[in-house]
Amino acid sequence: MTVLVAQNAHTVIERIVREEWGRVISALVSFCRDFDVAEDALHDAVETALKVWPVEGVPGSPQGWLLKTAQRRAIDRFRRDTTGGAKHAEYEMLRQLESQTDTMEADQPIPDERLKLIFTCCHPALTMEARVALTLRTVGGITTPEIARAFLVSEQTMAQRLVRAKRKIAGAQIPYRVPDANMLPERLHAVLSVVYLIFNEGYAASSGSNLVREDLCREAIRLAEILQALLPDEPEGQGLLALMLLHDARRTARSSATGGLMTLETQDRSLWDRGQIRRGRSLLISALACGAVGPYQLQAAISAVHSDAHNFEATDWAEICRLYKKLHEIQPSSVVALNAAVARSFADGPGDALVELDRLGADGSLDRYQPYHVARADMLRRKGDFGGASNAYSTALGLSDNDIERQFLKQRIAALIR
Amino acid sequence: MQYMFLIYSADGSGPQPGTPEFDQLMADYGAFTKDVRDAGVMHEGAPLQGVETATTVRVRGGNVDAVDGPFAETKEVLGGYYILECADLDDAIARAAKIPTAVYGSIEVRPVLSM
Repeated sequence: MTVLVAQNAHTVIERIVREEWGRVISALVSFCRDFDVAEDALHDAVETALKVWPVEGVPGSPQGWLLKTAQRRAIDRFRRDTTGGAKHAEYEMLRQLESQTDTMEADQPIPDERLKLIFTCCHPALTMEARVALTLRTVGGITTPEIARAFLVSEQTMAQRLVRAKRKIAGAQIPYRVPDANMLPERLHAVLSVVYLIFNEGYAASSGSNLVREDLCREAIRLAEILQALLPDEPEGQGLLALMLLHDARRTARSSATGGLMTLETQDRSLWDRGQIRRGRSLLISALACGAVGPYQLQAAISAVHSDAHNFEATDWAEICRLYKKLHEIQPSSVVALNAAVARSFADGPGDALVELDRLGADGSLDRYQPYHVARADMLRRKGDFGGASNAYSTALGLSDNDIERQFLKQRIAALIR
Repeated sequence: MQYMFLIYSADGSGPQPGTPEFDQLMADYGAFTKDVRDAGVMHEGAPLQGVETATTVRVRGGNVDAVDGPFAETKEVLGGYYILECADLDDAIARAAKIPTAVYGSIEVRPVLSM
């Protein structure tokens, strides 16, 4: 046991609790089959830890200690709920729960049930918003106020979202298990899209405090690491982790000293985190070796090609075009087509790429998609059509609600006039 | 746990009576119903007559007010239902996906509240 210095104790315990939260809650839900009871019980256990650990020291297995303490709380709660007019079945359940706890040693590592937890939290029968919130709360151990801040909604709204989601899980009986092999690919895709959404929410140079945003990126990476450890043979899971590591490696370079937005073209590449790039790259290589290429692996591969270039001019655009072509074959969306056209404009000049952009935008589906107008403006500028470029930047400006991005677009317009 | 499967489709969107497609649809429903009966999960289920036969009843201030038409005027109308025993929502979703109307209409899956 480690005895903590009192003033330090709180921080240490908070860190441990966050790290162990997902694993402990996943075992607790397995134990009592109820998200609410599990969460309340763990809260109680954490409060007890805050009182006991500073005095007695941190136990050898903090997770085992938290689980055992929370299990006792959960049993107490069931007992309270069942006193007076209790049904036989509930007594039976109580007895079973108690015999389970008795065999548990508080000093042993606990079984990892987080995969079940992840698949339940990311179930397609929940709204995307609910999946994101629930995953961060239960798997990630992020507090409700923190999630609310990161997604710019009130604490009350976020709390309600979580309550509704938990009610649906209990009421509709969303199962607590890893899906069967025939359902797994589809469900894993749903999980990965939740993780990627969390990452993008953090990565977008968006409003909200930067600190919270960075936390979201870090949290998404941590979730992908958990998935990778639990499902090591899923190349798309590895691909997503690789993609996020490669993107996140450029974080420092993405904003200027004054907080302005730096594009790939203008970034100081010496600021890129080379260690993280190496890690992303080696994950990507082992994913690709599985021979089941998917959208995340391809996007990671594109990011890796960028990472290889020592400056923007050295980028292997031909290779990036090839990868986008492949990505478009398996994910034929207009967003992918737009990115492919941008790559093409750097490979072959903006002429043909502009024709392609106009073709893509002809049906009006990209009218309100801000990156489309930025890409168009950029190509027009490079072609020398400054009037057209200025108009397109202005359209993009009108579609942006993000201060850093608006600042960037205004600078671009100003540079055209000069 | 029991789930109710509410079968919705836009009026006239499915195969029309008198066509071979309609006969196929009826045969598919027969096969689905046989499946759930054989599996021992069938509680009940029935097709409904057309929405043009619907009457909506309200009692307000002690007066019975019966009006022509369904409760909500929507494009998709309720055409039938099943109540089936399912292990959990994934099991229910898998069942719903096999209801023949799912390919052109929609199936709302609702857990039955046990009293």
